[in-house]
Parts: sequence; structure tokens; C-alpha cells
Amino acid sequence: MTGDAGAEAMKGNAPAQLEVRGVTKAFPGCLANDDISFRIEPGEIHALLGENGAGKSTLVKIIYGVLQADQGDLIWEGKPVTIHSPHDAREMGVGLVFQHFSLFETMTVLENIALAMNDVRDMAVLRQKVIEVEKTYGLPLDPDRHVYTLSVGERQRIEIVRCLLQNPKLLILDEPTSVLTPQEVEKLFETLRRLADEGCAILYISHKLHEVKALCQRATVLRGGKVVGGCDPREETAKSMAEMMIGQKLTAPDRGKQREFGDVRLDVTDLSLISDEQFGTHLKNINLKVRGGEIMGVAGVAGNGQNELFQALAGETEHEAAPDSIKIDGKSVAHFGPRRRRRLGAAFVPEERNGHGAVPDMSLSENGFLTAFRRMALAARGLIREVPTRSFADNIIKTFDVRTTGAGAEAGSLSGGNLQKFIVGREILQDPGVLVISQPTWGVDAGAASAIHQALLDLAAKGTAVLVISQDLDEIFAICDSVVVMSEGKMSKPRPMADVSIEEIGLLMGGLHDLEGNATPANDMEETGGRVGQA
Amino acid sequence: MVRLEPRRQHSQAMVYLSPVLAIFMTLVVGGIIFAFMGKNPFDALYTFFILPINNSYGISELFVKATPLVIIAVGLAMGFRANVWNIGAEGQLTMGAIFGGGLALYFHDSESALLLPAMFVLGAIGGAFWASIPALLRTKFNANEILTSLMLTYVATLFLSFLVHGPWRNPEGFNFPESRPFPDAGLLPIIYDGTRVHLGTAIAVFVVIAGWLLLSKSVIGFQLRVVGKAPQAARHVGFRQKRMVWFTLLLGGALAGLAGLFEVSGPIGQLQPQISPGYGFTAIIVAFLGRLHPVGILFGGLIMALTYLGGELAQITLGLPNAVTGLFQGILLFFLLACDVLTKYRIRFGSIAAKGRTA
Repeated sequence: MTGDAGAEAMKGNAPAQLEVRGVTKAFPGCLANDDISFRIEPGEIHALLGENGAGKSTLVKIIYGVLQADQGDLIWEGKPVTIHSPHDAREMGVGLVFQHFSLFETMTVLENIALAMNDVRDMAVLRQKVIEVEKTYGLPLDPDRHVYTLSVGERQRIEIVRCLLQNPKLLILDEPTSVLTPQEVEKLFETLRRLADEGCAILYISHKLHEVKALCQRATVLRGGKVVGGCDPREETAKSMAEMMIGQKLTAPDRGKQREFGDVRLDVTDLSLISDEQFGTHLKNINLKVRGGEIMGVAGVAGNGQNELFQALAGETEHEAAPDSIKIDGKSVAHFGPRRRRRLGAAFVPEERNGHGAVPDMSLSENGFLTAFRRMALAARGLIREVPTRSFADNIIKTFDVRTTGAGAEAGSLSGGNLQKFIVGREILQDPGVLVISQPTWGVDAGAASAIHQALLDLAAKGTAVLVISQDLDEIFAICDSVVVMSEGKMSKPRPMADVSIEEIGLLMGGLHDLEGNATPANDMEETGGRVGQA
Repeated sequence: MVRLEPRRQHSQAMVYLSPVLAIFMTLVVGGIIFAFMGKNPFDALYTFFILPINNSYGISELFVKATPLVIIAVGLAMGFRANVWNIGAEGQLTMGAIFGGGLALYFHDSESALLLPAMFVLGAIGGAFWASIPALLRTKFNANEILTSLMLTYVATLFLSFLVHGPWRNPEGFNFPESRPFPDAGLLPIIYDGTRVHLGTAIAVFVVIAGWLLLSKSVIGFQLRVVGKAPQAARHVGFRQKRMVWFTLLLGGALAGLAGLFEVSGPIGQLQPQISPGYGFTAIIVAFLGRLHPVGILFGGLIMALTYLGGELAQITLGLPNAVTGLFQGILLFFLLACDVLTKYRIRFGSIAAKGRTA
């Protein structure tokens, strides 16, 4: 047991809300959980830390009854329990906000919530309850919207609302803040603290260590399926916890000296575009110029037009942008499809890895071929050249330290971080002149994230114009030279990173209406300022 | 307790084993059905599956029947890979026979060596034309090609029926609903004397090899696999789905049309109201039995051809209804789809609790 790590959280000899004892779970070819033990007290906010593949998700699935442990016990309020299914778990009082949302896209918010409840008798009553919870916890959401029309951030709210409706005694959150503004994160934390004060235990899984530091009283660190330690996050630094997670020293991304910027390589002028999606965000007069060697960040809350911007730049949209509204190295590409843009030296990395950036049930070799066959000359006379295709994939795997069984492995068998390294590597090795990358480290562990950040910095140092669309402000502050903010399909003026504060960006994320140029941070925002400060 | 456990990767072994397993289970269930019909299951299975091919003529007939199945299935598999569900190969086959056969009837006194190649071309055009209708409806109006292609099958077969009952009926044919016999120049040469094995069979082998090259080695084959497996990824890299719909439907239609032409200018030798015992539909099963892979389809085609021969023989010697053929084909498809679960999942026996320490 690691209970001694946070003695103050222990309330005398009262039984823990949940105690995990010696849980072991093996999958074909890997031991996902190896003799894991820890305990969560009622009212405690407990962090579960670990890289992707450390076994966090497996452990969560065991607690939630999705998987069964091969060995070990779960002790709930002092009594050993067997949790056969999520239904059992919910019955006991376990709520889970999944990292990958388990929502039915063609159904409404309310219907999705009803599906996850153990017994729903009256939809009208449920609707009332939903609206109540939304009000209490500040989670605005129209119960009658269809899920496919919602942004990632809004989808997450459904998951949170449906957990809260069940008055959970243990709430598990898997990477919950990746889609929120700093202000929204603070609001979520208030919600969580209030829940904890009411006696609800919270198991909080995140890679954002400063958040863990701000919120959690105790942390259990997993590595390679084993518990490697526990700590009090309030007494650690983000760096020390990250090193505990990855088991080695962490180096901050090396930004190099003050870099010189070259000519404008990506030029977007007055880009307006009707969204292909029924409830999508239309782009309104987007202007931005990214110079060679520059990394520009696009901040904003999910669903404010970032996906539409990415699709417009990548050439995926059905509607065509106005002529000359998008230029790559001075050449107008608005009427070009993705392949012709790539031929001009542009490269793109979408937010979703599985099914968008990569084909999950094709091999890494084939996935390398997917975007690179023209620039890397992997095809000749209409046929795939097997040897160069394979060695290109091998090269990505080697250069970007992708952990896999080899180029023949299916992309879907890789962990999120490793697949992301592969995809980013695939684009970088094509030596692009312009790289547009969306959420480069979404759901990626600290080790892989810092490798990706370094790779982007190195790429820019070689003269590439890089546009990073990200909801993670830390990421933008860590690697970008300048930043723009998107809100409701509009974009703020670019600002050098050096003279913009996190509060200003937070305010711009909330709406651009009267803030163009001279933003004056409101008083109530100041308290959030220190939280996301850079080390 | 028996439960299914997801595999980390698709099992390559099961991809190839599952058709074998499905065939085995089909035999078992088929035997049980024969027993219920009052036949000795071993005799019946012997009659159905062994007797048709225990002499060289039987084996040659197997190739004759497998020829259209393989040609059509290779084309269909391309579409299925790209999530284009052309169910109307039977209609495209019929249209191919009408177009190519029409040419032979028009030049019914021709001795030109060019007639047969021209019929090939026209047969392929006929099938592709018929498939272009669902392609157009799908790409312009987003109409489901499963329905449109299937419905067009009935239009095509009725059109053929109209032709041979009316305008194209043989004037010297005693009013039978048949066309004139094709001229010799419009008949496929027999490539093995004393049998009905014709040039089409050799072309089927060529189609298999070309199909394999296209699917596994070519950029366009890669594109259609990506479109099928991950449409959004295809859009991301600029592989146009509409282009794949056109490509696969035209290719599938052309091959079905060619197969139809081979039937009328090969074993049949004229146009009749009925030119195919459902090859276009059976080819769907062949495509899946062959794992949507041209080489697999070659084997799948031979197996399904055997069900046709066995069905005929069972009718003659055992007095079983012709429906037995369809029954076997259906059971086989059923087990095949069921066994495919095993490529993504493994079966585990024993309860979960037995391994853990439960209080």
C-alpha cells in the first residue's frame, strides 16, 4: 500500500472509498497492470500519473468493470467487491469520464445521457435534472443538440454531466482539461473541489502536471504497468513528477537562439469559408502570415473554427476558398486538392490520429506511403515500390523513436503517443516548407510530447513555416514565436509570444468582439494567471 | 463460460483459416440436413462434393463454371474493398451478353477474326455502361448503389427476355425464344479438346493476376483500400471517394459484362432468356470466400462452382430439389461471416473468476 504518502488525507481508520490491492492484468504479449496497489479516501482528489502505455487506462477499465483483473482485489468502502460490468460500477457509485468519448453521434445529448443511466423512467424528469446539473456546475449544453454537431469540448461536457447525474462516490476523469480554456479549467476545478468537499472521491488522470499540482492531494505514479511511487503533488514540481513518470531526466525543449525569420511561406488573406458541417463554424476573414522559421500558434476553445481552418488549409473542404486566399510560397493554392498542396511542399497533421492521420488497420509501412508516396518517390509507374516504402517507414521509426514491433505492425496497435510520433515523423522527414499541425500532443504522454515539440522546433530552425493549432496553451507558450486566437470563426491579430499574457489569450478565447488591440484583463481573471505560468 | 477476447492485431492465420473452418462447418450442417431429408449424409455429401469431380470431364466442367464466378468476383472485390457495394453484377453480366452478343447477331454471317475481340470490347462496355448508372446515381444524388444496382439487374434480365422473345428471335428457330446461334467467328475457341473449357478460362487466370497486381501493388489499389478503410484519411490525402466509386463500379461492371459475354459465346453459343444460374450473385459469396483477394477468389470460385455441379448431380441421382445448391451457398456465406469474427477476436474458455482470487 502507498497510503502513507498522504497521511492527512486519511481520515482515521475509516475505510478507503476504494482500495486497489495487487491488481494484475495481462494482455496477449504485455503485462498491462502488474501488482498495482493504492487507495483513495472519500473526499480526496487523487492523481494517477503515467506515460501512455503505463497501464492507467487498463486500471481505470478494471475499476469501471469494463475489464476484469486476472488477479487482485478491489475493496469498496471496506468490502471486497467484484465489478462485472460498467452497470455494476455505476450502481456502486463510480462515474467515469472517458478519454475517448463513448457517445452515439446521431443521437441527441439527452438521449446519450439517458443511455448511460441505469434506469430512466421519464425523459422529461431527466431533462429537468440535466438542466439543473448544467446550471449548478456551469456546463452549458443544449439537451436536444445532436452529438455529431458538437465540438470535442462540448462532447466532454456531456460525459461530465452524465456522471454527475448519478451522484457518484468516486469520479474518474481521464485527461479532462485538454479541450478547455484556462478559465474553463478553473471552473472545472471548482466543480471538482466542490464535489470533493461533498465527500466524493476523485481519481484524476492527466499529463498536465501543473494541473495535478494545483488540484490533487496525492498522486500514484505508474510506469510499465507497475506502481513506481507516490507523492504529494503540492510538494513536487511539474518537472520532478514528469521525471518520475518517464523514469529519466527531462530536458526542456531547446528553442535555440533568437531566430531569424525568412520570407512568408504560408499566407492566408481574407479567408472566408462556409463549413461543410451542418452545425460547423464558418470561417470569417481569416488573415495570417507564417514566415520561414516561425512557429505560429492558433489558440482557442475547441469548436471555434479550428477544424474548419485546418481542413481549409489542408484542402479537405468541399467548398472552395476564394482565389488567392491561401498561398503557399507565394503560389495560390485555394483551388488545389491536398495532393497538389503537398507537392508544393506543404504537410499536414490532423488532430485525429486513427482514421484521419493514419489508417488503423494498415501497416506502418503503408501509412508512411499514404502521404509521402509522391514527395519521397515511393511509387513508380503506378506501382508501389516496396523496398523504399519499407525503409522510409523504418527511417521514421528509428529517427523518432517509435516503439513498435516494426514497419509491418498495424498503426492501430500503437499507443497514441507512438502513433503520433510516427505521423509527425512521416511529415517532418518529407522536409516540408510549410507544416500545419493540429493538436500535436493531444492525449500524448510527456516523453512523446517533448520529443514532438523538439522536432517541431528543429524543423522551424531549418526554415519551415509551422502553424500549430492547439488548445493547450502551455504548448503554445513552450514552442511558438507568435500566436493568434480563434473565436467563433474569427481570428485575432497575430501577436509575438513575448508581449502577450496568458490572461489576454484567455479573454480572446472567450470572444474577440471588443478586445482587438488593447485588451484589459478583468480583475477576476488575475487569480488564474499564476497557475499556468511557465517554469 | 465461452467469451470473445479482442486481439491486439488482426490474426493473419485466421484470415486464411476462417474460410476453411466455414467450409468444414458447412459440410457438417449440410450432412445433418441431408440426414433429416432421409438421405445417408455420407452418400449425399459424396454425391454432392466428390462425385462431380472424380473424372477429368467433371474437373473440366468445374473450370467452366468457375470462370464467370472468378472474373466477376475479382471485379466485385475491388469495389467491396472501397466500400462500394455493387450487388448488380448479374445485371451487368446480362448487359455484357446483350452488347457483345448483339454484335455477333448483327454480323451473323461474318468470318472475321476481329469479331470475337470486338465482342469482348462491347461486352465489357455493356457491363460498364450498366454499372455506370448506379455510379452516376451514387455520386450525383447519393443514392445507395446496393439498391440501384440490384434493381437494374431485373431491368437487364427482362430486357434480354424481351429481345429474345421479340426482335432478336431466331427467324429459323421454330418460335423458340432464342436468338440465332452465333457464327463460328463469334464463338470462344475451346482450349482443351473434348471439354467445354474455353478461352475465357485462361482469361480468368489472367484477370486474377492482374487483379492481384492492381490491388496489392498499385497506387490505385492502395487508394481504394484507404477509401474503404478510412474515408476521412482518404479525404485528408486527396484520394477522391467519388473517383473510386466510378472506378470500381466501371471495372466491376466491365468484368461482369465480359463474363456474361463469355457465357453466351462459350458454353451457350446464342442468346437465351436465361444465360446465368445466378453467377452475378454467387460471385458475391466467392469474393468474400476469397477474402476479397484475387488469389483467394480463384479458390473460392472453384468451391462455389462445385456447389453448382453437386446440386445438378444431387438432383439427378438423389432426387433432391435444385434449391439444395442455393442452400449450400447460403450456409457457406453464413458460416464464413461468422468465422470472420475470429480474425479480430479469440475464443477463451473458462470463467474470469476462476483465475482471480475472489472473496
